[in-house]
Amino acid sequence: MTSSRRDFLKIAGASALTMMTPAIFVPAWAKDVIVIPPGQGLALKKALAAGRWAMTVDLTKCTADCTDCIAACHAIHNVPDFGNPKDEIKWIWKESFASVFPGEQNAYSGEKLQKLRPPVFCNNCENPPCVRVCPTGATFQRPDGIVMMDYHRCIGCRLCMAACPYGARSMNYRDPRPCIAKINPDFPTRSKGVVEKCNFCEERLAKGTLPACVEACRQKALTFGDAENPRSEIRRLLKTRFSLQRRVHLGTGPQIYYLL
Amino acid sequence: MDGEWWIGFSSQLVAERKHITECMKMKQHKWGLILLGLAIFAIAVTFPFWYGKGKTAPPVLSLETPEIAGLADKKCVEDAVFMRANHMKMLQAWRDEAVREGKRVYTANDGRTFEKSLTGSCLQCHSNKEHFCDRCHHYVGAAPSCFDCHIVPAEVKK
Repeated sequence: MTSSRRDFLKIAGASALTMMTPAIFVPAWAKDVIVIPPGQGLALKKALAAGRWAMTVDLTKCTADCTDCIAACHAIHNVPDFGNPKDEIKWIWKESFASVFPGEQNAYSGEKLQKLRPPVFCNNCENPPCVRVCPTGATFQRPDGIVMMDYHRCIGCRLCMAACPYGARSMNYRDPRPCIAKINPDFPTRSKGVVEKCNFCEERLAKGTLPACVEACRQKALTFGDAENPRSEIRRLLKTRFSLQRRVHLGTGPQIYYLL
Repeated sequence: MDGEWWIGFSSQLVAERKHITECMKMKQHKWGLILLGLAIFAIAVTFPFWYGKGKTAPPVLSLETPEIAGLADKKCVEDAVFMRANHMKMLQAWRDEAVREGKRVYTANDGRTFEKSLTGSCLQCHSNKEHFCDRCHHYVGAAPSCFDCHIVPAEVKK
């Protein structure tokens, strides 16, 4: 069969016209039936909110051998214990004063400083390098300052681990579930190939409770609050006490303040 | 040689005629092959539709959990037809809104509100994952990765 130029133009024109048919003529089988009902733009009523969440750690109250905050955090968040320091997963851990604050010590620093074991967390930075390098958007910053992990999107590339100057991120090199002592059903576990870190207990804030570490600390060394609210307890502490932030010269804007 | 040029020519004609009839025979033979190929193709393409028909029964989903039995109004978040077709899209929307936007409350079409949570809402009623979720997922060959991380409360208590 041969078709003339005229026939070809006729068919092409008719095809183009069908594209202009209004959507109501679309047959039922071609319609998109998935409509998720609207009206879902709500947070839980009792949720705690802030302009910028921050935490202070009172090093005059924190005792070197106490690990209550770590135990509470790791139990609540299903943090696995692989029993191997190479694969260690940590949301909170303790380090010597010298490694938490390199350069803040001198040869004559007293025993008091040397004996300190400050707890270290994800700093939930104001300018987080991990967010900048994450290729999938799995790590992002919420408007209230919390640097969140969307585990669903994490591909395990570990760029965030390389970018974080605090070593606050850990990778699950194995399936973590068998290595969790007691699973807390209210918080998901992670899967193999996913990075995790402290989330400032955003899931607890959403339900109106303070972070687990703050609640667990018997010395009341941890204070959590809104750094943008001038009347908050944390602002009062920062106004009256001398504070240090970790590696603040890097420009990350860490939101954990250590009171001395 | 020059006077008998037609002898070769006629034999050439005969050969050509022979060749043509052979070709026609071959063509008939080829039609058979084509039809056979088409039949095999049709069988292969329709295989999933007729193989196993009647052999596997559609899954029976169990709604018999103490939590559902205790409900005054036995209604899911949305109606069952919608949930059956769209629960996976709904859960994905819940996931993104709860994690990324902090919007954790779902308002259903009829105005009831629910926390957007697989473990905290869905599995509280459907506490029998292996008789509810798994049955259908196995039947259709779906392998959702939800439960790699999200916890089935009944499995933890065991």
